[in-house]
This record gives sequence, structure tokens and C-alpha cells, in this order.
Amino acid sequence: MEIREKVIEIVAEQAVLEPSDVTMDSTLEELGIDSLGLVESIFAIEEAFDISVPFNANNPTESEFDISTVRTIVAGIEKLVRDQKP
Amino acid sequence: MKRVVITGAGTINALGGDVPATLEAMREGRCGIGELDIRDVDRLAVRIGGQVREFEAENVFNRQQLTLYDRFTQFTLVAAAEAIAQCGLEFTGELAAKAGVILGTAGGGVSTWDDNYRSVYEDGKNRVHPFVVPKLMNNAAASHVSMQYNLKGPSYTVSTACASSNHAMAQAFQMVRSGMSKAMVTGGSESMLCFGGVKAWEGLRVMSRDACRPFSANRNGMVQGEGAGVFVFEEYEHARARGAEILAEVIGYAMSSDAADIVMPSKQGAARAIAGALDDAQVSRSEVGYINAHGTGTAANDKTECAAVADVFGPYADTLMISSTKSMHGHLIGGTGAVELLACIMALRDGVIAPTIGYQEPDPECALDVVPNEARDADVKVALSNAFAFGGFNAVLALRRV
Repeated sequence: MEIREKVIEIVAEQAVLEPSDVTMDSTLEELGIDSLGLVESIFAIEEAFDISVPFNANNPTESEFDISTVRTIVAGIEKLVRDQKP
Repeated sequence: MKRVVITGAGTINALGGDVPATLEAMREGRCGIGELDIRDVDRLAVRIGGQVREFEAENVFNRQQLTLYDRFTQFTLVAAAEAIAQCGLEFTGELAAKAGVILGTAGGGVSTWDDNYRSVYEDGKNRVHPFVVPKLMNNAAASHVSMQYNLKGPSYTVSTACASSNHAMAQAFQMVRSGMSKAMVTGGSESMLCFGGVKAWEGLRVMSRDACRPFSANRNGMVQGEGAGVFVFEEYEHARARGAEILAEVIGYAMSSDAADIVMPSKQGAARAIAGALDDAQVSRSEVGYINAHGTGTAANDKTECAAVADVFGPYADTLMISSTKSMHGHLIGGTGAVELLACIMALRDGVIAPTIGYQEPDPECALDVVPNEARDADVKVALSNAFAFGGFNAVLALRRV
């Protein structure tokens, strides 16, 4: 499965929406994902792609991992998958 | 001082998924203890327990809730829903601002600890779900009750091993009696029937491998149970003014500490708690008709408890009934006092004394009327509920018929 499809699936599940309701420009805030939902999404992403995401819930905006939109999340994961390939 | 009454009760335990089912099982002397159905049971020496069956959490809670609710929280919320529905209170405004929830649990989210240790140690995973901490913490159950029912007053969790629920209910009682709050939600829950939970108890070598037979000469130990009991304690005039059904009145309590041994009970410590509860409730020894015993089915507890009751009641020890419902639902550890309070309510309100089942041989060191094997009809005005914990912490509650 494409990274993009998988991310949309994870985000949609957290937001209790259909994947079709999530676009690449959606923000987590618009989708109604709160701080606990965000941490759970990061966990699901790590599990799905077997990567470690540099994300600190104390200060999400200053983490290396850009969570502003679904698009930046997908780009971040693509980079992590490349960098962390065994 | 205000009078305090119980206007709501809820439970889930090995005997049933609610209060009517549980009381019916107690009346019939039914045993809820059976073969454990848990992962890796073949590696356990103790394979029986009072497990809650026919409970599918997935049918009660949604996926998001389940990521946050350990089994002990699930049990608590099921019991709280029944109790709060029965009392008919809606927590808003000033009532909500002062009303809180005080619950007992000994282990909290034991199966969450167990599952995640298994995952990192046995399965070698290096990552756990982000909600492990809020799921396993001992106050998780109380917190979710507070959030769900808008309880904004004093709320906390008491952890005093097998006396946790009685200590919690004593605290809630004190708050309503002193006028701090018009109503408090209280009780307790436990869910230790997972591999690690049972294995830990196995290590103590006090567990029976076949049955819990309190006070019977051939008893051979305790049997673990699981579940929850939750009650609404309400100020009497408040309850009366709104025409609420009153299940029983809580009239006193006492707590004591043995200050002696970490596991062996003390007759003096137990006796001080029993006598203290009678003093606090201002009732005489002759008025007490029923005691729900701690009655674990271990030699140490049963002999000590009977000796303590004999000491406190003197000649009246022979006129009262004392039974251990742990023979039916098992020992719910931190939740046990809460489920056992139901037997006291049944004695006072319905005039039915729950039996001590599995009773086979009289023990001269437990020579009291332990209501063997069959429930009995009786007219009871005052009842006590005993809890004596590891660590030497004792808490006894006194109730009266209304």
C-alpha cells in the first residue's frame, strides 16, 4: 500500500471519518484529532512503517516531524523510511 | 452530623452482570468460581477463579474507549452506570461541584501491565501504545466515572489491598455525613485474573486449587475473583426530599492498623475495627444480626476473624449470623468490600442472608453461625461488613435497615 493511502487510513480512523473525507491538505485540527489522538496516530504510523518518528508531544510544532497537514506527514514519513532503511 | 443512605447500587462480578442477578445467585447459593479462561493458563498451578463471563467489552464500549479502559475500568463503568441510573440523580450545578467519586482498587490496570510487559519482554517489541500509562493508573477508573457523570468534587482512589473498597466507602460516607457533599459515588473494582496477576498470588501459596470454603475445617485457601461494585451514598434528607428509593443506611465505620505483620492478620486489630464501627454507629452488640465476613478461606484469616468477632460480641456472638460470600464470587481483592456490601443490603432490605457455600466440616476454631450452604430468611436491623487487608489495614462498615 502507498504511504499516502496508509496515512490517510490511519488519520481517518483516528478522526472517525471515511478515508475519502481526508485530503492531502487536511490539518489534524480540522479533522478533530486532539492531542491524545495525535500521539496515537504517531504510534500507529511507527507501527505501520516500522520507523521511529522524532516527535515530542510537549512541543509538537517544534518537532523535526512536520504535522501541519496530511501532505507534510506523508513527506516526513517518506524521508524517515528512506533514512531508516535497514 | 448528616444521615447517609444508599440510593444506588451497581455491580458486575462472577455471579452476574448486575445487582439483581448477583443477589439472585447469592440467594440460591450459586458458585461463580470455575476454570480460568485466560492466556497461558497451562503454566499456572492455580487454574480456578471467579471470572466475569459473558462480558464482551467490545459490545459495551467503542474502539476509542477501549484504548483507554483497562478491564478494571470497564467493570467500574458498568457498575457505575447501574448505580447512577438507579439513584436517579443528575449531577449538575452545586450538586455536581461537591459530588465526587472515591473508589478502591489494589492493583489497578494489572492486565495492561501484563500485556505490555509481555509485548516488550517476551515479544521483543520496542514500542508500546501511547495510552499505557493513563490506562493502567490506579485512578483511571475513578477518573472516567468523574468525567462521564460530571462529578467535580473530591475524587480519588484508595489502595489498601483487600480493604481498599471499605476504606474508599468509609471516606465517601464521612464526606456525606460531615456535610461536605450531598452525594458521593463510591465502591471499588479489581481485575487481576491474567497470567501475571494469578502467578503473583500463586507465589504466596495461600491459593486453593479447587474451591473457596471459608470457615470449613477442610478449607485450603483463597480463590481470586474479579469485578466491581459501585454505590451512590446520599444525604438522607436530600434523598427523601426527592422521593428516592433508599436501599439501606450507612451508620458508621472504623479503620484500624495492626502495626504488626505484613501478611498475618491480628485479632486485636480486627477487633478494634469491629468495636470501633459499633461505637461510631452507636449501636449495641445485641442489635447486630449479620456480619459479612472477610472470610477468605485461609486458615490465618478465618480463625483470627472468628476470634475477633467472639471477643467483641461476647455472648451475642452466638446470636448473630456471619457468612462469607467469597465462597461464591471469589476474593475481589481491592473490589471485594464493594461487592460484599450487596450481601448486607440484601440482609437488611430483603431479609435474606447470603450463605457461606462449600461448607463441609465444622471447625471448632470457627464456631459461629456461618450460614452454611443455604441462604436463610431473617429479620436483620443492623449489619456489618468486614475487610482486613495485607499490611494490617482493617476497615469495617455498619449499615442499618431504613
